[in-house]
Amino acid sequence: MEAPGAAHRTIEAVWRIEAARLIAGLTRIVRDVSLAEDLAQDALVAALEQWPESGVPDNPGAWLMGTAKHRAIDLIRRNVRLQEKQEQLARELEAQTADQPAVEPDEVGDDLLRLIFTACHPVLSTEGRVALTLRLLGGLTTEEIARSFLVPVPTMYQRIVRAKKTLSAARVPFEVPAGPDLAGRLSSVLEVVYLIFNEGYAATAGDDWVRPELCGEALRLGRILAELAPNEPEVHGLVALMEIQASRSRARIGPRGEPILLLEQDRSRWDQLLIHRGLVALERTRQLGGSLGPYALQAEIAACHARARAPEETDWERIVALYDALAQLSPSPVIELNRAVAAAMAFGPAAGLELADRLSGEPLLERYHLLPSVRGDLLFKLGRLDEARSEFLRAAGLAQNARERVLLLKRAAACEQSSSP
Amino acid sequence: MRFMVMVPASEESEAGVLPSTELIAAMGKYNEELVKAGVMLAGEGLHPTSKGARVRFSGHERTVIDGPFTESKELIAGFWLFQVRSKEEAIEWVKRAPFGDGVEIEIRQVFEMEDFGDNMTPELREQERRIGAQIQQNKRS
Repeated sequence: MEAPGAAHRTIEAVWRIEAARLIAGLTRIVRDVSLAEDLAQDALVAALEQWPESGVPDNPGAWLMGTAKHRAIDLIRRNVRLQEKQEQLARELEAQTADQPAVEPDEVGDDLLRLIFTACHPVLSTEGRVALTLRLLGGLTTEEIARSFLVPVPTMYQRIVRAKKTLSAARVPFEVPAGPDLAGRLSSVLEVVYLIFNEGYAATAGDDWVRPELCGEALRLGRILAELAPNEPEVHGLVALMEIQASRSRARIGPRGEPILLLEQDRSRWDQLLIHRGLVALERTRQLGGSLGPYALQAEIAACHARARAPEETDWERIVALYDALAQLSPSPVIELNRAVAAAMAFGPAAGLELADRLSGEPLLERYHLLPSVRGDLLFKLGRLDEARSEFLRAAGLAQNARERVLLLKRAAACEQSSSP
Repeated sequence: MRFMVMVPASEESEAGVLPSTELIAAMGKYNEELVKAGVMLAGEGLHPTSKGARVRFSGHERTVIDGPFTESKELIAGFWLFQVRSKEEAIEWVKRAPFGDGVEIEIRQVFEMEDFGDNMTPELREQERRIGAQIQQNKRS
């Protein structure tokens, strides 16, 4: 095989491809995610020891599974305190390994889906779910996950250990939830995936390269889920939203690393392939029928922007209608604020200001610089310059970074210049 | 990271000869695996060069040359776009494709935004890195 470093990277790549299915299949057999992951890791260690000499086997997945099963048999046999039931399990495993039956593709898919739901189980903290998902389903190392979330490696290691212990202690069954449970559980899964995406999306210039890669990881997980659960519209909705948001990544950062607002972005830098994929995913949502859920609605809003070749071509009225629907489904002050901005674009600044004014007492927005920023902009457009200026100054005081503050102070200054005779 | 994976043309593909049913089935399965793994962004087959054309540039002149073109070794019959975390992962995926003897598949990384940061001097880049780190520090405190 190649030089040691190269062999290592190749084995890591194989791991990334095989890990999730391996762990999923093992969990079904040993009925414990924690044990399954340990066995999978043992198989990886064996691969790292043997493959640099022997080369990567033709069917790496089968090699890893076989090795993990043998290890499972060893472990069970060696633990004398185990009851006869586990001894029987060991015999069954041995029989299976001897025959090497091919796993039905459907079974693999089912196991993978079970693993996704398990890793995102609500009994875990959100950070636990995110870490476990990236580890079990993404095949990321603890170190990579730690770097992705700017957390020390031992902390992340503990987080993963705790999550696995919690799952074992809670005896979480290895299954795909059904019936009334499904909606809530699926929502938890989608939330984890979108969290991972947003963490990657928030990465700034100069960040560790693993951080923006989180967007790719989330997209990959979403796409896998779309194939495993093709009849769930919100899965396609989330995928559509992520594809379209990701389509803007080349346009949203300026040459000095400063963020560029959507309406000011160079649209020729929008990735049309990702936009196309997003629109295709949205179409799958629509084909499934029913009313659009929150992710699908957000995706539709993103699609409105994506379809406009220039900001002037944006269908703002449609965006307002979509925000109306979104506000009903998952009301939030931030959504109301976005709705106000859209209404201003569609029906004029007065209409937008009316909606924004309704938010003035809102405690959740008290320290949110965008509310006074939006009000300032609308007041400016209405010629109410003194009021606009004080709103921009208030926004500058709340701004979270130097660049935003400078921008807002400039806008405040512009109010003075316009009003001087 | 994205990679373009290029499938070379052959005498058969240039002659418009369809692959065997087994190969079509195997390729279909392979594409399905790629989609299920969330790795395939795009994948297309190209018509033979007999239906294609080339445009040659010379100063202000443009010359159009109709296919077919004869250097089949350098022609492309199809491509994929993969999204993976490393070149090694792209290679591992390509190894799993059902190609026959003698076929050589080329893998090329796609330029991403970060690769175009040449407007920034090393000093500016270092400054950006420090600002980024400071922002993260502030977020956590």
